[in-house]
Amino acid sequence: MRSLRFLLQKEFRQIFRNTSILRIIFLMPIIQLLVLPWAADYEMKNINITVIDHDHSPYSRQLISKITASGYFILQDYTSSYNQSLVDIEKDKSDLILEIPASFQKNLIKENESKLFVAVNAINGVKANLGGAYLISIIRNFNGNIRSKWIQFPRFNPELNINVVSSDWYNPEMNYKYFMVPGILVILVTLVGSFLASLNIVKEKEIGTIEQINVTPIKKYQFVLGKLIPFWVLGLIVLGIGLGISRLFYGIISAGNLFVIFGFAAVYLLAVLGLGLLISTYTSTQQQAMLISFFLIMIFVLLGGLYTSIDSMPHWAQMMTKVNPVTYFIEVMRMVVLKGSGFADIKNQFLIMLGFAMVLNGWAVLSYRKRY
Amino acid sequence: MNDVKAITVDHLTKKFGNFTAVDNISFEVKKGEIFGFLGANGAGKTTAMRMLCGLSIPSSGNATVAGFDVYHQTEKIKKNIGYMSQKFSLYEDLTVKENIRFYAGIYGKSNEFIKNKTGVVIKDLHLEKEANKLVKSLPLGWKQKLAFSVAIFHEPEIVFLDEPTGGVDPVTRREFWNLIYEAAATGITVFVTTHYMDEAEYCNRVCIMVDGRIDAMDTPQQLKKACDAASMDEVFLKLARKALRSDT
Repeated sequence: MRSLRFLLQKEFRQIFRNTSILRIIFLMPIIQLLVLPWAADYEMKNINITVIDHDHSPYSRQLISKITASGYFILQDYTSSYNQSLVDIEKDKSDLILEIPASFQKNLIKENESKLFVAVNAINGVKANLGGAYLISIIRNFNGNIRSKWIQFPRFNPELNINVVSSDWYNPEMNYKYFMVPGILVILVTLVGSFLASLNIVKEKEIGTIEQINVTPIKKYQFVLGKLIPFWVLGLIVLGIGLGISRLFYGIISAGNLFVIFGFAAVYLLAVLGLGLLISTYTSTQQQAMLISFFLIMIFVLLGGLYTSIDSMPHWAQMMTKVNPVTYFIEVMRMVVLKGSGFADIKNQFLIMLGFAMVLNGWAVLSYRKRY
Repeated sequence: MNDVKAITVDHLTKKFGNFTAVDNISFEVKKGEIFGFLGANGAGKTTAMRMLCGLSIPSSGNATVAGFDVYHQTEKIKKNIGYMSQKFSLYEDLTVKENIRFYAGIYGKSNEFIKNKTGVVIKDLHLEKEANKLVKSLPLGWKQKLAFSVAIFHEPEIVFLDEPTGGVDPVTRREFWNLIYEAAATGITVFVTTHYMDEAEYCNRVCIMVDGRIDAMDTPQQLKKACDAASMDEVFLKLARKALRSDT
């Protein structure tokens, strides 16, 4: 155990002497957390709409002002020619076209119905879908208002009316940042664990000091622990900094106990450090290690449910997310931070992560050869 | 010089697939001896040395280092040897003192031992001013002398030096050999590979490897006499010319 103390002393000295690593560790969480949640925002605002108004009636104007007042749409163009609106779409100035036919108001009052035409530029599928849905709900709402104001109700309502009242739990303002920030924290911790640790070990291979270590009486497990413990500590520190930043800048205060988060993170870090170690045993230069880590992290992030919902992935992709440790931590972070889940709620994820940690580290230790 | 054996090697062979890097070599090294291991690049010197250090398992044959078997007792061997490799092996981002402390610590030396001996070593190497500077700021020759001092800091029975003076100027090489003599005088056995034939003259005994086999082994004086050569350089050229393996 005394050797381990000397190894740890050396590692910490080297880490704190290397200013570029320190910068990565402390600046990365700050920048990522300050920039990413704003950019990676799925709430659709600023949808450009072109309105073709053939009617020019008070109703058509009312409808248009309702649309622009919703905050989701920017009235890009107000025209009375369909051809003009097509030009807008072709030039990418507009995402949506709403065509209000002539005699819109007249039909609505006299015949109790009127038709509207909506065309969507579906190149950006998400934007098109959401934009269309928003627009339709605004029109429905408008429709309801008109009817209640102007149209005589029959004695009983001929159509069954089911009124759905929804309340958004856990994230009542549907703030996308509440959803993103805990996920980004997970990516940060993952980077420190796998990236930095594997680079550190491979560096010793590259400069040849590992040979010297191999002829000393240091045991495999001591060397491995000496490498893992510092990055384990750093990972937890980065998580702490990240939680601080998300509280300071986004007002996100974990609904659940911080000990649950850190307890899970402690095991999670063991798993990703095992992965980092594994990468280092299969590579001999820092370049190789970097490329492999980069490749894996891309997949982990895309298949981890950070940006895209796992539930809407095809079955095979959902299977892949099950062997991705990032998935579980993102899930747990969101559960604890937003829902206030306790240890009992995340027990399954915790056990699975323990399994990951054991398999990855076991594999890494087996393939780390002290003699070759 | 007494007759205790520090290293015994008996029909040792190492094969990598079809390639026989070390082919059935046998020799003994006495305690306190400076044993030179010569050979062209690719002759198998480093492979042989790695087997003796417990870094590589032999394909066949037997060997003991400091009385321990190279197959089963590698951990014990590692405790009793020092090693300095071709590549510079200290940590450049640690200071002179920190490097000494780290390597001494992992050999299980006590804090008091480390503290006392660090002072002595730094004084011997005239590194008082540089003791708290990063190793990367030292010139190569100083680094190599420091690396040697670190390799024998824990007072091993045997120290293995793999081309320790590559790229070092003649004056520093001379100083380096003085350090080797001092170490040998304290009873440490020195096993050294080298390309420099003038250094071969400094050894008590040398063995010349050609194509994985030992071609000649004796004191430098006897070898010169046997080959009718004026210097070790000539001896080496006469023997190494027979090599079939090309430079790797």
